[in-house]
Formats: sequence, structure tokens, C-alpha cells
Amino acid sequence: MTQTLPNRREFLCSLAGCAAAATAAGCSDLTHTSWFRSRFREMSDDEKKQIVAGLEQEHTAKFGKPVEVGVEPPMQGVEFGYALDISRCIGCRKCVYACVEENNQSRDPQVHWIRVLEMDKDKGVDFAHANAYYEADKVPSEGHFYLPVQCQQCQNPPCVKSCPVGATWQEKDGIVVIDYDWCIGCRCCMSACPYGARHFNYAEPQIPAEQLNPKTHYLGNRPRMKGVVEKCTFCIQRVRNGRYPACVEVCPVGARKFGNLLDPDSEVRYVLEHKRVFVLKSELNTRPRFFYFYGL
Amino acid sequence: MATLRHFADFALGSLRIVTRGNALYWLWVSGLLVLIAVGACFYVGQLDTGLIATNMRDQVSWAFYIGNFTFLVGVAAAAVLLVIPAYVYNWKPIKEVVILGELLAIASIAMCGLFVTVDIGRPERFWHLIPGLGLLNVPNSLLAWDVIVLNGYLVLNFVIVTYLLFSLYRGRVPNKKVFLPLVLFSIPAAIAIHTVTAFLYNGLPARPFWNASILAPRFIASALCSGPAVLLILMQLLRRFTRFEIDDRAIWKVAELMAYAMAVNLFLLGAEVFKDVYSDTEHLVHMRYMFVGIGEHTAIVPWMWLSVICSLVAFLLFLVPKTRAHPVTLNLGCVLIWLGVYLEKGMGLVIPGLTPDTLGEIYEYSPSTTEVWIAAGIFSVGFLLFTLMVKVATPIMLGEFRVGGAPAGEASATPGGVTLAH
Repeated sequence: MTQTLPNRREFLCSLAGCAAAATAAGCSDLTHTSWFRSRFREMSDDEKKQIVAGLEQEHTAKFGKPVEVGVEPPMQGVEFGYALDISRCIGCRKCVYACVEENNQSRDPQVHWIRVLEMDKDKGVDFAHANAYYEADKVPSEGHFYLPVQCQQCQNPPCVKSCPVGATWQEKDGIVVIDYDWCIGCRCCMSACPYGARHFNYAEPQIPAEQLNPKTHYLGNRPRMKGVVEKCTFCIQRVRNGRYPACVEVCPVGARKFGNLLDPDSEVRYVLEHKRVFVLKSELNTRPRFFYFYGL
Repeated sequence: MATLRHFADFALGSLRIVTRGNALYWLWVSGLLVLIAVGACFYVGQLDTGLIATNMRDQVSWAFYIGNFTFLVGVAAAAVLLVIPAYVYNWKPIKEVVILGELLAIASIAMCGLFVTVDIGRPERFWHLIPGLGLLNVPNSLLAWDVIVLNGYLVLNFVIVTYLLFSLYRGRVPNKKVFLPLVLFSIPAAIAIHTVTAFLYNGLPARPFWNASILAPRFIASALCSGPAVLLILMQLLRRFTRFEIDDRAIWKVAELMAYAMAVNLFLLGAEVFKDVYSDTEHLVHMRYMFVGIGEHTAIVPWMWLSVICSLVAFLLFLVPKTRAHPVTLNLGCVLIWLGVYLEKGMGLVIPGLTPDTLGEIYEYSPSTTEVWIAAGIFSVGFLLFTLMVKVATPIMLGEFRVGGAPAGEASATPGGVTLAH
């Protein structure tokens, strides 16, 4: 290993001539520097700094306001967990839209990381009879309850296993993240996810500049490109700085609880201790860090 | 050096052969080229707008492209059906068609590669899959395994065919010690490509329709029906338009083997239907979507019944010795079985597997114009590739295309049958 391996970027840059030729085929951003970018996980701190600076410049120019791209690592002794009180949720979908605004999801076509399902009270949690397209201004409607679903941040995530290029992985704090510059868009992870938590950018994401949230994270809410998969990260840009996820903050009925599973005094641990919880599709052994409970 | 010079002559000669042909040949080739051009235009459009140009959405995130890919992996694997009787049982009349089977495998794998390429969101990042440069996530990811086995199978078939044809071109009897181990290895390799492709679906417990252990055997059985159907038609065409003599017994034998494969395929399908219907759990919903529809969502139902009917009729035609020997019913059977398996693997596997989605939503998918034209373009690439390869291979096998340019009627090959290995 004493021999210096050719730097990947140098090697690929030497191929740039071919890439330029391929640009003519209609893939306009082929020669864009992101094409040479290595995996985030393999980057040195220097490399990260350099790339983040480039990204910030690019986004700042595009959206006309200063955009910050963070690379905050997991905090020591922290494993995030989520608990959602089904008996309180009224199905208002405020979480859905707060998430869109916080995490810079595409407005056109619309991408939602949270899907709220309306279920029949006499059927219980039954996806086969769920309705995601109920009218939110008529909630809660007679005979129904509501079950919001987002990434369950599984301890045994089938999506991570299925990725052919290792573009998605689980961080030490339990958050399953995606490297948007490494994802090839094959959508294996979407087939593998039992919770419909992963979303694909079928077109170039559109976000009005004034609506862009400029506080971003490399593995979270930084602006994405078409052709890659994205999903909920528990608001990685917030929670790694000691804030609550946007959906927790916005919930008008306090149905959403969040905290450190390793901290015995956290709210989420309180729920695990004092309420009876369940996870979705436990038979699949995905072992979610997202718990549901009946608080009332 | 002589080998190199011969190879250069071989390449040049091949080029000459494919650029000469009668009106029918040129009509066929130019028709394919037009379809390829149209498909390419649609693909450029899709690259520009993104996969929104397809009708795939988050609910049905794999569809027509991946269905075609799956079907073609089966066609590629099917060369094995011809290799087994030819070499394992040393059954002579089939031997000469092994080359054709391997050529079909090459063309099919090429189409598979194209279907995957048009399906992915960032095709320009292909290098992420190359070990060393990028990262190939083995042993975890089944798609990573599929990349390995499909490329390996492509190389294997390419090497075998090139070796055999180049040897014959040089007027030499191919060295059995060289190619027989490769040919024998291609049998498990063919099983492997289809098994791994089945596992790609099979290993997803999120999708109960695919998460059935019968899936891989079903893939193999259906592949053994669809692939040889193409070859049976091709063999008859060659017999008609060239001096190629193919023993009737070879054709009947292949047809007979297909009948057994079809019986197994139908049996496995029946086993699958029984398990789902009798158990009557919530997982039945996918099969219901497939065969009766859910509410007003019935787009796929007629196609699935058509598939079943095609497969059943073809099975009967191939089962009865009289009908499988008669050219009309034989070819009808070939077309029906091709159609039956195409619908079953092309749409019937992927779409119902994803409908309803994991949270119970029904998004009724049918391919967009872009998807249909791109698929037509890819099939045209495959047909063109196959046509050109067969065009070169046929005169070599007939001994008409030889080193030095002159047909060598006296060499080891005799019209009507190449002696590959005695």
C-alpha cells in the first residue's frame, strides 16, 4: 500500500474528454464537478470543507441568498428515537408541510416525506383500507383515526442492504442517510422499504428561492438534483444541533415526541417506559426507532 | 501474428457480410435503425426531463423497463436448454444450434444492460458500480450481484462464440478441451443469472408478492419456455433462407423439452395461486389486482388472462406430438409462449408486486409513450445485433466464409451441419 494510488478524481478528470462528448447527448450536467465527487463517507475533512464551500457557493448563486451546507457528525452517546401518539393525531397534515419547508422538498413535482393515512376506527391499523387522500380541512372525521408514516430509521434497514453502490447507510446516531451525489437512482431501496418512506426525484426539483431553507446538511435537506432518492432524516440539520425535528415542533396537539434513546431522562424514553408502544410491520424485523403509542 | 492477421481479416470479412444483403435484409435492418433512432430521441428527452417522462411514480417505482429486463434475462438464460441435451447427453442434431443460442444470449444481455441503463435516474454515474473506482456493494446488494453475474455471462458467451466461430473460420476443428469446459460452465452460469435476478425481487420482504421462495424456480421454468421459442423460429428461418440444414428431430426435441418446462411453469404458477387464494390473507390483494382487479383498477387484468390463455394453449400444442411436429401449430405455439411469458414476466411480475404499494395505495400504472418507444428502440438494438451476428455466423457454420476469402467446401464443416466436436 506504499504505492500512491491515483486519486480517483484525477483519474476521472482524465476521462472528462469523454464526458464532454457525452454532454451532447442531452445530459447537461455531466461535466459538472459533482460527477467526480467521491463518497461522502470516504472524504477527508479537508475534502469535505472544499466540497461544502463549492456547494454553498453554487446554491447561494442559484437561490440568491446565503446557503449553508453543514457536515455535522453524529454526537457521542446519542441515538435518536421517535414516538408518535396515535390517539392525539388529528390528521391536520401540518407536519407534512412543515417538513416540506424545512427539508427543501420539491414543490413541483410535489415530494412529501410524511404520509398521513386516514384509517377506519373499526379496522385498526390496516394499510389495505387506508386513505392518504382525505380532505385535511375536514379532520378529524367521524369514525376515523390518523397514522402519519415517515422513515422509521430502522435498526435493521432493508434499504441500506439493497443499495448496489453503498449510497445509503446508517449513521452512529441511528439516522439512515443518503449521499445524493453517490446515488445512481436505481430505486432498489424504494422497493425494499416496507414503509414507502423513500421518494425519488422524477424531475428536477423546483423550490421557489424565497421558500428555500438556507440552513442545510450535506446528508439531509440541501437542495437535491433530479434522478436521486431522498427521505426523512429526522431533520439531521436540526437534531445534530440540539433542536427538535420540524414535525415535532409544528404538531398542534403534541402527538410527536423525540429524543435520545440512550438518555434515560429523555421524553422518548419516558414514553417507552410508561406507555405501551408498537412498531409498524414488526414481523419484518426492521426494528424501527419510530414508535407508535396510544397516549390517551 | 498469423492469428492477429487472421482476426483482422475475420473482422473485415464480417463487415463485408453484414453490409451485403438482399432487399428484405435491408428493409429489416433499416426498419430496426429507424426504431432505434426514434427510441434514442425519446431517451434524450427522458434524460432531459427526468423519469417523469415515464409513468413510474413513488408507488410503482419499477415498471415496464425492469419488467422487460427481467424477461430478457430469462431469454438469455435459455441458451442452456439447448446446451444441456447437446453436450451433456451428446445429442448431435442440436449441437449446431448451440451457437445460435449463445448469440441470442449475447443480444439479450445487451438489451438487459440497456433496459437497466434507461431505468436508472443518474446513468452517468455508472462508474460508482465499478469496484475500485466506485463501490460495488457485495455481498449485501442483490443488484450488485446481478451486475456481476450478467457481465460475467456476457463475457462467457462472447468468448465461447468468438472462439468457436473464429476456429471454424480458420478451418480448424475447435479444441474440445478449450471450449467444452466453458460451455459446461455456461449451464450453471445461465441458472445463476436468472436466479440472482429472481432473488433481486425475492429478497424484499416489503413486497409479499415477490417474497415467495417459489420465485426463482418459476423464473427458470418460464425462461426455459420463452428463450427456445425464439430459437425454434430462427432455426426454421435459417433452414428456409440459407443452405443451413437443421434436422427436424432437433426442432421436435427442443419443442418437447419446452413442453416439460411449460408444465413445470404452469404447475408452479398453480402452486402460487393456491397458496395465496386458500390462505386468503391480506397478501392476496396483489394476486387479486392481477387477475380480477381492485374496484375500478383493472388495467392489468385482461393482459394477465391473455398471458394465462397463451401459456395454456401453447402448452397443449407442444404437449401433443402431432401438433408440435406440424409447422403451423409449432410456430403458433412459439408465438403464444413468447407472448405468454412476456406478459407474465414483463408486466405480471413487477406491476402487481408494487400494487397496492406498501401503505395500501393503488396507483394504476401503464407505460407512457416514452417508455414504449424507448423499449421498442432497445428491442431493435437487440434484434439488429442478433441479425448481424447470425448473418456472420451462418456462412461460417456453412463453411462459406473462410480464411483467405474463398469458401472451403472441403474443410471440416459440411453443409448442413458443423462438426463442432466429435
